[in-house]
Amino acid sequence: MAGDNVVHISDAEFDAKVLQGGVPALVDFWAPWCGPCKAIGPVIDELADEFAGRARIVKMNVDDNPATPGKYGIRAIPTLILFKDGQVLDQVTGAVGKAQLIAMLDKAL
Amino acid sequence: MAPDFDLVIVGGGPAGLTAGLYAARARMKTVLLEKGAVGGQVLLTDWIENYPGFPDGLTGFDLMEKMAAHAGRFGLETRTATVASMDLAKDVKTLFLQGEGSITTRAVILVTGAGPNKLGVPGEAAFTGKGVSYCATCDGPFYRDQEIAVIGGGNTAVQEANYLTRFASKVTLIHRRDQLRATKIVQEKAFANPKIAFRWNSVVTAIEGDSGVRRVLLQDTVTGLKDTLDLQGVFVLIGVSANNQCIPLDVVGADKDGFVLTDSEMRTRIPGVYAAGDIRSKEVRQVINAAGEAAVASWMAEQYLSGYE
Repeated sequence: MAGDNVVHISDAEFDAKVLQGGVPALVDFWAPWCGPCKAIGPVIDELADEFAGRARIVKMNVDDNPATPGKYGIRAIPTLILFKDGQVLDQVTGAVGKAQLIAMLDKAL
Repeated sequence: MAPDFDLVIVGGGPAGLTAGLYAARARMKTVLLEKGAVGGQVLLTDWIENYPGFPDGLTGFDLMEKMAAHAGRFGLETRTATVASMDLAKDVKTLFLQGEGSITTRAVILVTGAGPNKLGVPGEAAFTGKGVSYCATCDGPFYRDQEIAVIGGGNTAVQEANYLTRFASKVTLIHRRDQLRATKIVQEKAFANPKIAFRWNSVVTAIEGDSGVRRVLLQDTVTGLKDTLDLQGVFVLIGVSANNQCIPLDVVGADKDGFVLTDSEMRTRIPGVYAAGDIRSKEVRQVINAAGEAAVASWMAEQYLSGYE
């Protein structure tokens, strides 16, 4: 099923699932009141299916989890941050195209 | 060899989905290509209250969800793909997709839309996503009880300034002229809003801060005097520029700003190539005329294709 590979995480899970997750992780910071965030949902689902096993595609609701977005200075969504070995590798804000996100992920693999 | 499609629609905003609706009902062999999510710029709008048939208004997202469902109901095929370039001059047109080969078609409707203009001042790029925003509905809630500025004087700027007062303690509207261009009813709301202050005849020359935005530098366009304004966020809403990166403008024809030229029936100078919505060279960019133009473009494409039966 589309979207089954997307991991929804909370602030408490961020360290284990993203920083020490073992594979590169693309985190989609989103909120239910943000139209572009909801609109790129299907793209995030597709990426999660296509990169299953190679990279972790993660979504974090910034309404429910304010600590992590605060730590990374996020004041605009959707913001997508690519983490590898606990470090920020790349970052993009706005409803960008799928090809751009694939190129970002390919560089981390 | 027959081309892959009768019609390819490039873009998935209101114009693209309307063209797709008409094409699907006309049973043209059609695909709509969208690089990311269907919806387009209207997703950046918090509230649409000038689209007929929705007297209570609705969010940009809800309107686009309805348009996508409407086109989908008649079987429109949509594909997530980025068009890298196009060969439109020939009878059979070829669209080259980023990383996914190419597709061929008889007709093309260009509905790639437009995107927000940047200010082009120091600090803007560095603070994008960290205090500089182009989407009030996305980012407004990050500025609860903070002071922010909206730059611009058109419909989008003034409407979103009103919207942002739900969150911000103070919104300063910075405009380079001494009056607004926005529709009167939108202006009236802003003038009546006690949380909105106005800085007339002012341009932002730089955005400064540390981990986030702290202030903007201003210059008066009449007196030349410089000033600073302390704030935590800047919303840049100063019009749009064309999403034309994949379009061969020298072939289809464009105005000086890169918007595609058409006749009143949405035909470009290349037979079988049409443009509709915000990518078209025109004065008014609203959801309603984007949809209307797309209906015309689809209709004209159907007529063009009938010559090949």
